[in-house]
Amino acid sequence: MAVQTEVAAPRLGFRVPGFARRHGFVYAFALAWLVIVVAAAALADLLPLPDPTAQDYAYVRSGPSGAHWLGTDSLGRDILSRIVHGARVSLIVAALALLLGLTIGLVLGLIAGYFRGFVETAIVTLADSMLAFPALVFLMVLTGVAGQSLTNVVVGLGVIYVPTFVRLARANTLVFAQREFVLAARAGGARSGRIIRRDILPNVAVPVFSYSFVIVAHLIVAEGTLSFLGLGIPPPRPSWGAMIAEGRQDMADYPHVVLLPAAVLFLTVLCMNIVGDRFRERLDIRESAV
Amino acid sequence: MARLRGLAFKLLQLLAVLIIAGTASFGVLRLLPGDPAVALLGENATPEAVQALHQQLLLDRPLPVQYYHWVVNVLQGDLGDSARNGQPVLDAILNRLPVSIELMILAQVIALLIAIPLGVYGAYRAGGPVDRTTSVVAFGFISIPDFVLGIVLIFVVALKWGLAPATGWVPLSESLLGNLQSVILPAVTLAIGQVALYQRILRSDVIATLQEDFIGLARTKGLGTMYLLFRHALRPSSVSLVTLAGVNIGRLIGGAVVVEVLFALPGVGQLMVQSLSSRDYLMVQGVVLCIAVAYVVVNAAVDLLYRVIDPRVRTAR
Repeated sequence: MAVQTEVAAPRLGFRVPGFARRHGFVYAFALAWLVIVVAAAALADLLPLPDPTAQDYAYVRSGPSGAHWLGTDSLGRDILSRIVHGARVSLIVAALALLLGLTIGLVLGLIAGYFRGFVETAIVTLADSMLAFPALVFLMVLTGVAGQSLTNVVVGLGVIYVPTFVRLARANTLVFAQREFVLAARAGGARSGRIIRRDILPNVAVPVFSYSFVIVAHLIVAEGTLSFLGLGIPPPRPSWGAMIAEGRQDMADYPHVVLLPAAVLFLTVLCMNIVGDRFRERLDIRESAV
Repeated sequence: MARLRGLAFKLLQLLAVLIIAGTASFGVLRLLPGDPAVALLGENATPEAVQALHQQLLLDRPLPVQYYHWVVNVLQGDLGDSARNGQPVLDAILNRLPVSIELMILAQVIALLIAIPLGVYGAYRAGGPVDRTTSVVAFGFISIPDFVLGIVLIFVVALKWGLAPATGWVPLSESLLGNLQSVILPAVTLAIGQVALYQRILRSDVIATLQEDFIGLARTKGLGTMYLLFRHALRPSSVSLVTLAGVNIGRLIGGAVVVEVLFALPGVGQLMVQSLSSRDYLMVQGVVLCIAVAYVVVNAAVDLLYRVIDPRVRTAR
């Protein structure tokens, strides 16, 4: 990547923070927002907020006030508190599902790209079949059989993203498996398992990891959509998608109940995409690699 | 000969995808707890009625027998009848398909009409004001979840301005204007995110193409900028765009579930959700099969299109 040279600070009358000056305001803002969301999710229980499930009948569908900074929903529950606790659900689900999908997809992709032949055909066909199978049927059946819970949402979303990582990992493995250092390792008597682990994995992992932020953005949307359809984390536990779904009936009269969680969801996904794009650029991966 | 073998192999693989997806839909539904006959007849149904329905739906037979019957019927073009209302599954799907397809076509047309000029011009003047503005807006577009955008559009356009109905569907045969009004908001909802994706991928590919020698040659021949961009640069740059659009088309033929549910459109996606919640096994299996077929056909079509768009692919393989 190009070496960042120190640019003279523009004379704006106030001091531009060094980080924003070097990386641009948009990027700095995006990073700051994500830090806030992660911190809020991590510290949700310690923050001086009302209980997200407590119903305050004196304030039902109220606008912002001293008692409830962002107002309350149709059951008199504090919206700010529900958004903060909802961040926890969104982030936990997205992070764990990413980890699950990435691990399985990476292993299968490495095996397919390294061994080729029948194994590769089998894995690629399986991944294609998963893509051809409607995700929603899978998720509805999963929640129908195993019940609606955080674990099942994580497993469901993680499995859905396995084919994406299989394709990414396989495409990159194909490139590196041809390289001289793999040939050298094989000539030196290394077994396949060792070559995959020690020589190929470190090279393939970088481009595959570089997509993780962008996939997390997708996963946050997916979790929101599931909750919106009533298939996500069971209530009363707050989730952004469920908040939006619940407020929809009275949207004409009380739009803030819907628009506040929608705005937070949008902003978080947007910032995740901005940071993710920069992250991927840093690792210098061409966009058409998928 | 090698090319023919490659094609045959590809076809076999796509067939395998169909078989796996179809079998998975059969198997996975049988895992659901509860008796579909009870779900269909209600809790107060007499044991005799439940048993009669069991016999009618073959639910009293062992699973392999049920599976065998389904496969044999499907191969003869009979997807079975809906357990809910006796309607043939194929008819129900064919009834719903035009809605989903109209929605898909309109969304793709809107997305491509906006994305192609912006993508090509953005690449031509990369880093310029238009390019930078579109890049920022594109990030915003990509980041709006479908259901959020749909809700906001319903709120603003339908409820505040009253320009279109919030939900519901008017068939094309009833009224052209009414049909357009009922499909425009869902189509825009689907298109917005795709505009951004298409614009970004096309822009990066056109930038690469503009570096090539034949573009320099065309320029020295004195061809106009518009002619150069749209006649010479667009076609070889559109491989990734076609792939992406193909994937989206294949996905949307099977119904855009969230948008169809949100706007109450009677498409395939809505049918799938309704049938799943009423345990209409044969209907769900039929819909899944239809979605898998769409996926497979579009994938094969995209593969063939590569050769048409860029003849170099034919020799490169």
